[in-house]
Amino acid sequence: MKKTVLFGTLTIAGLTAAAASAATLDDVKARGHLNCGVTTGLTGFAAPDANGVWEGFDVDVCRAVAAAIFGDKNAVEFVPTTGETRFTALSSGEIDLLARNTTWTFSRDTELKFDFVGVNYYDGQGFIVPKALGVTSAKDLDGATVCIQTGTTTELNLADYFRANNITYQPVPIQTNAEGQQQYLAGACDTYTTDASGLAATRATFENPEDHVLLPEIISKEPLGPLVRHGDNEWGDIAMWTLNALIAAEELGITSANIGEMSAAPTNNPEVNRLLGTEGELGAMIGLSNDWAKNAIMAGGNYGEIFERNIGENTPIGLARGLNAQWTDGGLLYSPPFR
Amino acid sequence: MSDTHAQTVAFVREGMLDQQPPPTREAGTVKWVRENLFPTWLNAILTIVSLYVIWVVVSTFVMWAFSPTWNATSLSECRQMLEELGRSTETACWGVIRDRWEQLLFGFYPSDLYWRPTVALIVLLAGLGPVLFGTFPRWFMGFSLASPFLIFLLLWGGPIWLPLTVALGFGLGVVAFRVFSRVNQIVAVLVAIVIPLLYWLLLAWPLASELARVMPIGLEPVQSKQFGGFMLSIVIGVTAIVLSLPLGILLALGRASNLFIVTKLSVVFIEIIRGVPLIVWLFTASLLLNYFLPPGTNFDLTLRVIIMVTLFSAAYIAEVVRGGLSAVPKGQYEGANSLGLSYWQSMQLIVLPQALKISIPGIVNTFIGLFKDTTLVLFIGLLDPLGLINSIRASTDWNGIYWELYVFVALLFFVACFSMGRYSLHLEKKLQREHR
Repeated sequence: MKKTVLFGTLTIAGLTAAAASAATLDDVKARGHLNCGVTTGLTGFAAPDANGVWEGFDVDVCRAVAAAIFGDKNAVEFVPTTGETRFTALSSGEIDLLARNTTWTFSRDTELKFDFVGVNYYDGQGFIVPKALGVTSAKDLDGATVCIQTGTTTELNLADYFRANNITYQPVPIQTNAEGQQQYLAGACDTYTTDASGLAATRATFENPEDHVLLPEIISKEPLGPLVRHGDNEWGDIAMWTLNALIAAEELGITSANIGEMSAAPTNNPEVNRLLGTEGELGAMIGLSNDWAKNAIMAGGNYGEIFERNIGENTPIGLARGLNAQWTDGGLLYSPPFR
Repeated sequence: MSDTHAQTVAFVREGMLDQQPPPTREAGTVKWVRENLFPTWLNAILTIVSLYVIWVVVSTFVMWAFSPTWNATSLSECRQMLEELGRSTETACWGVIRDRWEQLLFGFYPSDLYWRPTVALIVLLAGLGPVLFGTFPRWFMGFSLASPFLIFLLLWGGPIWLPLTVALGFGLGVVAFRVFSRVNQIVAVLVAIVIPLLYWLLLAWPLASELARVMPIGLEPVQSKQFGGFMLSIVIGVTAIVLSLPLGILLALGRASNLFIVTKLSVVFIEIIRGVPLIVWLFTASLLLNYFLPPGTNFDLTLRVIIMVTLFSAAYIAEVVRGGLSAVPKGQYEGANSLGLSYWQSMQLIVLPQALKISIPGIVNTFIGLFKDTTLVLFIGLLDPLGLINSIRASTDWNGIYWELYVFVALLFFVACFSMGRYSLHLEKKLQREHR
């Protein structure tokens, strides 16, 4: 890469030669770290702590991919993206992977030329109401004032749902989730609607969370997942199978606690052996070392551990597994076999 | 005759009366209060209502702000502390500031290197001293000229050779100008521009890398990605302010010039930049440029933003200065011409000093606006103080916090903008020549 000097002078500080070329894996390896796009801050999914270290459910996906490639969960740089900049950042090559609770939709996958590599959280739009309102179903919300973020799919889902049920509502437009919290608590609206995970996180911050309930209706499908650029399938495979490895690890009972023991010597479960690289050559098939999945799982534990640590029932957010349980437990998580 | 008077007048005062104090209601505080607060019934009522409103606002704020929650480590702990004290939980929770103030100031800058931005700020203030106040010894000007390079080195780190080789380019330009100005002024100006440019484009980078290889002296490099918080606002704001003033003056002169192409180019530039909102330019910088640049280049986002903000503010400065230029009486221009001064001489010695003096309030106003506009970068994913507020609130400890962070950031901005405003007043007073 030929740089002019003036250019070099000015940009010396922040430049790494990221390329939007086909072989993303080679670029990432040459660079020495993964560039991963996350939100600028969403409770439980991505936020920096007091020392500037990113934490969260989406962040752990990035770390797992970095660990699968480099064996080091810290070989990743987080690029905060907004709703407006996230897709350009990915398609221009500024980031290699976008894990920013992005809903998998038809047009994003096709028209915008991205590939979603899986779903790490099945979300859906819900409602929160004060208990004092005495409402037990979203269908009782006829004539209610609803706080709603403008310009989002939630706004369209809301209109669809109320029209389908032949009831009316008064929208109270808001810009951000924080504003929504404030308006709802100040009584500017009877109910606040956004993704159910966001509502749970919001309710957890209230002074008296027990005075508010989430209504049982979930009015939309929001499969949130990491995505990569269309056209580099080898790179997409790495991200996809890293996510699958985390899900499979939970199914197979591999945790961060017992992984050392299970990967030390072949166990009597051949799929565990293939996944952890003590048998077969799965790593070579995606251009990584044979212990790639072991490293990915050791980064933050299996899917269940990541879930529990960031958004699970023991955190202030307190989300139940629900749809995000393993298929064996009645959820939707279902990793294809490692064979 | 002398006793006639005594008989006709019963009493004559023989000594001077002591000066009496004015009646209480016509003096001191009472008079001031009567005249300013209660001159008529209507005003009296308005005064009482206003005092009541002020009292309500201030007491509510003080009650809210006075809250011994400095040591709390999360919002729930804050609420617990307040409950134990029997206070309303609608009270400020300052623990978030104690926990995150460094992040709000420095963003993701490595915490063991916080001294570097701090020293850079001191260097900046010291370097600006002679420019702003002009009462420093002459040698100090040298420090001012060196300070941009020093600040660059402190903030971004890396080998010391890069700033040095770049600075050398300016030195080359000055030397070239001195040498060639004996031959011809215009040639000298051209040479003084071309030689440093050629040097920067062809020589400086290899020279710097070579020197860095031979003598690796320098500071630990920090990427501009790691800049954030108030430091990012200052870096963007100050760079744009310092660069946009000369650029804006040039544009204003260009617009007022008699040369057809120069005028039209300046007009087009100013009108295009000024006719589009800053947020659009920022999106252009962050999104569109990504598509136009060849794949493989990763042009630093912070730098792109600085360039855009500089151009934006230069267009505004140009219009402010143009106002100043038109306010200078025509006689001044003609006087300068009749003295046989060249264009640049007349501008430098006669017109600009007067025009700029008139423009000071407008220029400073633009700068204050520019400094506050830097918060718009949060929309393109740079974590300035406002962007960080969102991130901080996203942590489970502090989710639900609202006003405390905004109050803190507002205070930081107020200090910066208020100082700029005060400086502008000081400068106006200092430069006042008329109506003495």
